[in-house]
Amino acid sequence: MKDMTDGYVTADGRQIGPVVMEMKNITLRFGGVEAIKDISFDIRQGEIRAIIGPNGAGKSSMLNVISGFYVPQEGEVWYKGSRRPAMKPFEVAQQGIARTFQNIALFEGMSVLDNVMTGRLTNMKTGMFWQSIWKGKAEREETANREVAEKIIDFLEIQAIRKTPVSRLSYGLKKRVELARALAAEPSILLLDEPMAGMNVEEKEDMSRFILDVNDEFGTTIALIEHDMGVVMDLSDRVVVMDYGKKIGDGTPSEVRNNQDVIDAYLGVAHD
Amino acid sequence: MPEQLAFTIEVFLNGLMAGVLYALVALGFVLIYKASGIFNYAQGVMALFAALTLAGIIDGQVPFSHLINAILGTDIHHFGWHVPAFLAILLTMVVMIGLAYAVQRLVFRHLVGQEPIILFMATIGLAYFLEGVGDLMWGSDIKSMDVGLPQGLNTWIDDTTFNAFGYGFFIDNLDIVASIIAALLVIGLVMFAQYTKQGRAMRAVADDHQAALSVGVSLNFIWILVWSLAGFVALVAGIMWGTKSGVQFSLSLIALKALPVLMLGGFTSIPGAIVGGLIIGVGEKLFEFLIGAPFLGGATENWFAYMLALIFLVFRPQGLFGEKIIERV
Amino acid sequence: MFYREAGDFSASYEEDSQTFPIKFDRYRYYLVLFIAIAVIPFVINDYWVNSLFLPFLIYAIAAIGLNILVGYCGQVSLGTGGFMAVGAYACYKFMTAFPDVSMLVHVLLSGLVTAGVGVLFGLPSLRIKGFYLAVATLAAQFFLVWLFNRVPWFYNYSASGQISAPERTFFGIEITGPNTQAWATYLFCLMFVIFSAYVARNLTRGSVGRKWMAIRDMDIAAEIIGVNPLRAKLTAFAVSSFFIGISGALFFAVYLGAVEVGEAFGIQKSFLVLFMIIIGGLGSIFGSFAGAAFLVLLPVALKIVGVDWFGWPTDIVAHLQLVIVGGLIIIFLIAEPHGLAQLWRVAKEKLRLWPFPH
Repeated sequence: MKDMTDGYVTADGRQIGPVVMEMKNITLRFGGVEAIKDISFDIRQGEIRAIIGPNGAGKSSMLNVISGFYVPQEGEVWYKGSRRPAMKPFEVAQQGIARTFQNIALFEGMSVLDNVMTGRLTNMKTGMFWQSIWKGKAEREETANREVAEKIIDFLEIQAIRKTPVSRLSYGLKKRVELARALAAEPSILLLDEPMAGMNVEEKEDMSRFILDVNDEFGTTIALIEHDMGVVMDLSDRVVVMDYGKKIGDGTPSEVRNNQDVIDAYLGVAHD
Repeated sequence: MPEQLAFTIEVFLNGLMAGVLYALVALGFVLIYKASGIFNYAQGVMALFAALTLAGIIDGQVPFSHLINAILGTDIHHFGWHVPAFLAILLTMVVMIGLAYAVQRLVFRHLVGQEPIILFMATIGLAYFLEGVGDLMWGSDIKSMDVGLPQGLNTWIDDTTFNAFGYGFFIDNLDIVASIIAALLVIGLVMFAQYTKQGRAMRAVADDHQAALSVGVSLNFIWILVWSLAGFVALVAGIMWGTKSGVQFSLSLIALKALPVLMLGGFTSIPGAIVGGLIIGVGEKLFEFLIGAPFLGGATENWFAYMLALIFLVFRPQGLFGEKIIERV
Repeated sequence: MFYREAGDFSASYEEDSQTFPIKFDRYRYYLVLFIAIAVIPFVINDYWVNSLFLPFLIYAIAAIGLNILVGYCGQVSLGTGGFMAVGAYACYKFMTAFPDVSMLVHVLLSGLVTAGVGVLFGLPSLRIKGFYLAVATLAAQFFLVWLFNRVPWFYNYSASGQISAPERTFFGIEITGPNTQAWATYLFCLMFVIFSAYVARNLTRGSVGRKWMAIRDMDIAAEIIGVNPLRAKLTAFAVSSFFIGISGALFFAVYLGAVEVGEAFGIQKSFLVLFMIIIGGLGSIFGSFAGAAFLVLLPVALKIVGVDWFGWPTDIVAHLQLVIVGGLIIIFLIAEPHGLAQLWRVAKEKLRLWPFPH
């Protein structure tokens, strides 16, 4: 078991806990291409951790490693103090890790409410027999989970569209529904893959507010990939910077902002 | 040569020939799938329709005669003329191009962008529709097909092998001709796809519709071209199969045989269709000869191809030569 | 104006998620049930039962089953005929082996056997998707038909290779065999229809249904958010095959009485049920009924129009049927890919406002 250092309190009074997830020497290859080269970093309980870097740096791949979709050829993922064995993505989800996707991955054949309810699926355990009768156990479980889903829907202010088929929604609303689905799982760690992509200033402000509220109210640990520097600097407690599959920066926003390697990467200074 | 071995080799060779015919039908599928992502279940019925039309034109049948007679109370059946085979084939090709145009215009133009399963089901509907039209047009009785292809035992092979091995191999002339024609077709199609402007445009469309549009490729033209090519392949297949076993409904069931060929070879690969066809042809006949007839009561050819393909797919979901399906999130 | 829902609110989540939240719909549903259970048995006769009602009821069950697999879970199956055969032959073996047991038990057990076979043939769906899976299910179709043709144990070593249903009863009333009464067979099948629709409705509105639909819509995302794809797909195959097996058993024992496996359960049967759910509407219980009704009525209507009214020979009418069914499939897929169920929904929307245009 790893020895966990205690948490601390931030300047604005939020409680950051000990390390909850740690990536140790992760290397990920696709055929001949090394998407991630020996990267290590950790995520603390309750913090907002940004993963940034130029396009193609391997950020989404890193998120996929965390959610178990990609299995790294080398390295270990440590979760809540112990090494996470190789497991299927759905088992990872059942451990309390939820995520949103870069190109929206909502279930287009279902309504908003149903999509949010799919976020509750890891929690709904009634057997097939009870479900085929519906009245009794299954209905009670459905109602209980519906209440949780409705709270999230209220929180994200999408009540009016709850019965709308998701395929009819605008891009911004779809992103919000995807966030609702992830939140409905009441996850310990929430992974957000470019949650602000394609949004205007107003929408970004709304989404930022939601992210902060989620972290504040539910204490959810958040790891997010984001390109908008302003958002990153304002929202995150700590930042990891990736470039060409390697880690080139790791620290608070101000530390990272002044890191020469990071500046070079973004300005496009040639590598040797 | 011991008799059992001689039999086995003969079955093997016949299997190769059968495989070539399967590959012919499978080619039609690959063409359309490559260019439009549509899995054309109606390919087999297209072969049947082509064969029916050819036989009907050669015999000078009046199209829809049965129906006309029923409605109007007349009793006409034939025009009374006989069209020479070569001309009839050309005319049938014109019909198939017309069919390609109609199918593109009336059906698939309206289904652009739909999910693959919807497109597939549309082709099932098309298969039923075309079968019904074919029957109404030319009648559903069995017809014989004779375009002057050589048939019957190849005596040269029979004599030579008998003298060499003590056992005369029974290889049908028709099968030899079919193999040669199929081989020529394959070479022709591959060269067309690789080296001509239209072929390149076809491959561009298969890759990315939007990108092809942006470099000035007319999607509709390519699709009509592809369906016409598939129609041509269907006609050749129809002639081969029709000469072999007569033009009848069971011709359309070849499509069902072509499916395991495609599963093995990969849906997007022309060489895959050939290799898959040969493997299925040989495998099917050998299995029936060695295991099916003696131990399992026979008629295993109905399902062996599918089982083989199924098992193969479990280990290699994209087939032998198909593009590996990489799923990204 | 026909459709009044003003003042019809749900006061709880249970009310909101019931099958017919709008009073108007609910009362119409009760009316249909009443007519089906309490009126039709008294007016029905042998001809109508055999040409319309029994095939409709039995195909409705098959359509519900296939819709669960294809419409809700997105796994394309062309093996419906083969699975119906499993249900039929299982029923035959049970009926002949245990002559004193009620038909109800035989039919249910046949469904369970078919569910098991369905899971077996559903295993490839874990590796194979889309078209490839559809073609793989054809392996099941052809193999099963061959099996029931060639292995004599299945048809009790009879010389003809056919199986025919001996007389069996349900609560003392004859359900199979030559002496059945129209109302009895009708009610027996209706019972299974109500059971199937009820179970299917409940499964599809709960968490199982959502897992299926998630797999259908985006199976990778579904797995990442916690759906076990193995369990979801295999349960879909199991439940679907259960219903299809029941329909096969009823098809053989109650409706036809005797079958030859190649012509009764061949690939045309697989396509027929598939067409029913396409025309009726994928992912809709109502659609399964609508599609079944449509494709059962169509040949009967065509025959009446073509042969009785116009005096055309039956083979022409048969060809025309192919043309019309094929053409309708295409038209539906172009104009309304969500089938009659969607047309019905749109009609109801319009009825809300009628006679106003908007």
